[in-house]
Parts: sequence; C-alpha cells; structure tokens
Amino acid sequence: MVEPKIRIEGVSYFYGDFQALDDISMDIPPNSVTVFFGPASGGKTTMLRLINRLNDIVEGTRMSGSILINGKNIYDPDINLAELRRRVGMVFALPLPLPGTIRENVVYGLKLAGIVDRNRTDEVLERSLDQAAIWEEVKDRLDSPANALSGGQQQRLCIARSLALEPEVLLLDEPTSGLDPISTRKVEESLHELKKLYTIIIVPHSIQQAARVADQAAFFLMGKLIEYRPGTEIFTRPREKRTEDYITGRFG
Amino acid sequence: MSRESFDRELRVLQDHLLDLGKMVERAILKSVEALKTKDTEEARRLMAADYDINRRRYAIESETMVLIACQQPMAVDLRTLASVLEIATELERIADYAKGIAKLTLQLENKTFIKPLVDIPRMAQKAAGMLHDSLVSFTNRDVEMARAIASRDGEVDDLYRQIYQELMTYVIADPNNMEGASHLTWVAHNLERTADRVVNICERVIFTVTGELSDLEEGMA
Repeated sequence: MVEPKIRIEGVSYFYGDFQALDDISMDIPPNSVTVFFGPASGGKTTMLRLINRLNDIVEGTRMSGSILINGKNIYDPDINLAELRRRVGMVFALPLPLPGTIRENVVYGLKLAGIVDRNRTDEVLERSLDQAAIWEEVKDRLDSPANALSGGQQQRLCIARSLALEPEVLLLDEPTSGLDPISTRKVEESLHELKKLYTIIIVPHSIQQAARVADQAAFFLMGKLIEYRPGTEIFTRPREKRTEDYITGRFG
Repeated sequence: MSRESFDRELRVLQDHLLDLGKMVERAILKSVEALKTKDTEEARRLMAADYDINRRRYAIESETMVLIACQQPMAVDLRTLASVLEIATELERIADYAKGIAKLTLQLENKTFIKPLVDIPRMAQKAAGMLHDSLVSFTNRDVEMARAIASRDGEVDDLYRQIYQELMTYVIADPNNMEGASHLTWVAHNLERTADRVVNICERVIFTVTGELSDLEEGMA
C-alpha cells in the first residue's frame, strides 16, 4: 500500500449551525487524480478548500478532525500558511488571469518568492506552460496580455501559474465549467500528464468528466462521504444505492 | 433528455429486444418442427426470415449506440445497454442455428430419418424454453431466475450426449447411416449451442443487476 499523500481524519465542518462536512475520513494517494463529486451543497468544495486552508478566513466556521499532508497536520499551529499554499496550489472555476502578460502571470509567484533570475524564470515559464498543455499555443506571444487569450487558454494559464511554484498537490474546483469541449479535453488531457508529478484533486463540472479523469472518486452527499472507490468501479458498478441513483440522474 | 424520457427510451429498446427474442424462439421451434415434418417450404421461409432477424439486431445495436452517445449512461444504465448489445448478438447467433437447422431440413428432404425424431424436438423445447425464460429474467432483472435457467443447460447437454451416442450406434450397425446420422448430429449440436448461448444471456442478466461478470458454465462444470 502506497503511503497516502493526504490523509483526512474525522473532519467535520460547520458554517455557523450548518454542518457542511460530517466526519470525513479518507486517504488520497500520490500521483493520481482524485475526484470529489456529488450534488450541490454536498460538501465537496468545502472539503477541497480545507486542504489548503482557504476557509480559514471565513467567519463563524469551525472544524474538527485533521488533514495530514505527508504525515503532517496542516492545521497545526506551526504551519506556515504561505508555504502551505505554495505546496498546495488551487485553480478555480473561473480563470482569473492577473493584469499583465502571459509571462508575468506565470512568473508572478516566483517573483513574490524572490526568484528573479531570468534564466531560471524562463525555464519555469516554459516548463509550467508545457505541463499545462498551452506552451505550443502561446510560445510566440509570451509578452502579450493574458486577457487576450481564450477562456480555455486562460484556464490553462492559471494552471500553469499554479505549477510554476512546483506544488505537491493541485486542487481544481470545476476548472472547466466555463470552457468549450475542446478546451475541456485539453485540460483533462493535461491532468493525465500532471498526475505523474503531482497529486491532483478535482471537483469536476459533470459526472462524465469525473468518470473520464478519476483514478479514484469520492461521492459526497449532504456532508457525508458516501462512497470512495476507484473510478473504474464507482461509475460502472457503485456499491451504494445513493451513488447509483445520483450518477444515473435519479436525483441531484 | 430527462430521466423520464431516458427511462422511456430504455423501455422501448428493451421491448425491441424482447420482440427479437420472441422471433428467435419461434425460429428455433419452427425449424425443428419443419425438420420433423420435412416441410421444406417452411424451412425456406425460416431461412429468409433470418434476414429480418439480422436487420432487427442491427437496429437494436444502432438504437443502443444512440442512447450511449446521447445519454452517456453510467452504472446500471451503462450495464443495461452493454447487456442489450450482448444479448442481441446472442439472439442473432441462436437465429443462425435455427437457419442451420432449416438448411439441413432441405438436405434431408428426400431421405428417411434413420430413427424417429423424439429427443431432438425435446431438446428444442428445452432450449427454446430456456431462451424464453432468460428474457423474462432479463425483463424482471431476476438474478435467481437467471441462475436457475443456466443450470438447466445440463439437461440439454445430457440429451445431446444421448442423441449423439444413439446416432453413433446406428452408424456402427450400418455405415450407410453415416450421412443421416451426421445431419441429425448437426441439428442436435445447434440446439446444444443454443442452450449455451442462453447461459450467456443469463450471465448478462446477472451482470446487469450486480455488475459481476460470472462464468455460469464454469460454475456448473
């Protein structure tokens, strides 16, 4: 058994009185794509956000349980948040390129980290854009404005921006929800390459996407983890009736 | 498409499969009846009817493909559609056995049977009965029934062995019986294969319900 990259242990989470997550425990293996799926308000996005402590600033919330990355609880007091978020990158549903050029977008994080050497940044620029499957499309216009790119390209640029910091874990929250089918396919294809280097967790925008990309998939319903199994099994022969009903469109 | 209309489309597809099943069941029974009565006209009709069966099988395949493409089904829906494809193929092959029996009927037209046909019609009844029931078990998604039907394959196998041995004794007694025995052996063989294919259908019923692919023949060996 491979050591889990991430271990979630008895995590419960409340927004005020509303319990968004109820005693979630699961191991996420490294170098694979893990899918969190389920109907709205099921807890999948909350679970994702907790993995890089994005919910810390949300008022009136509380969490119990622990989330370990490489065996270390990321909610321990000695955790450096900026460092954690460098190691755990996140890409959101809507591409949010920074004002500036394609190059500036990708190397922004490096500059913040004090890396300004042009050779180094050029190297990271090409590697990141290449890993995000967009290098070929932008290599001749790296100094053009990022917002001139298509939506699909902007999203892959945002993935490249996360990758520039060489994270260990990449969290993707419906990264293709606003994209056309071809751009969606490109992002999905890039996941197959990226998982060789990173641990990826994705909240997909459809069950079909979940089935296409998942090495393992976790079905969240009303804050509970209902079923967590290899993608090849859960989408063809789920064990839980509630999973079956959801993926065959009987509710949700 | 909503869940309701998908369900409706699935029911229509299943009805088409059941219609095909009825045609094939009739083809098996009629082919042996035509053999027994040496009704060459009926045998020719049956051979022609096989084209219709093939066409229907292609239609089911194409309807299934459309549903897969449009609905991108998962879990039990996906398994159902995969099973429909598989069962339609099995039915078409069984129809080919009926056609084979009809062809043999034409070859036996002017010859007398080396023995009265008793066990072969019994085999046909058993195999066709299994076929009928297997489609009922598919309609009802009845795993226990599917298993019980598959276990009846042994009776058909026993009859086949019995017929084969009996026919061989006729050949040993008089080598001139060779051709007649060989034809009837082929008929019995086709019926034995029919029952085997019904077992495959039963496996698909179990797969549809449970997601488990089990070799029922292996289980009984």
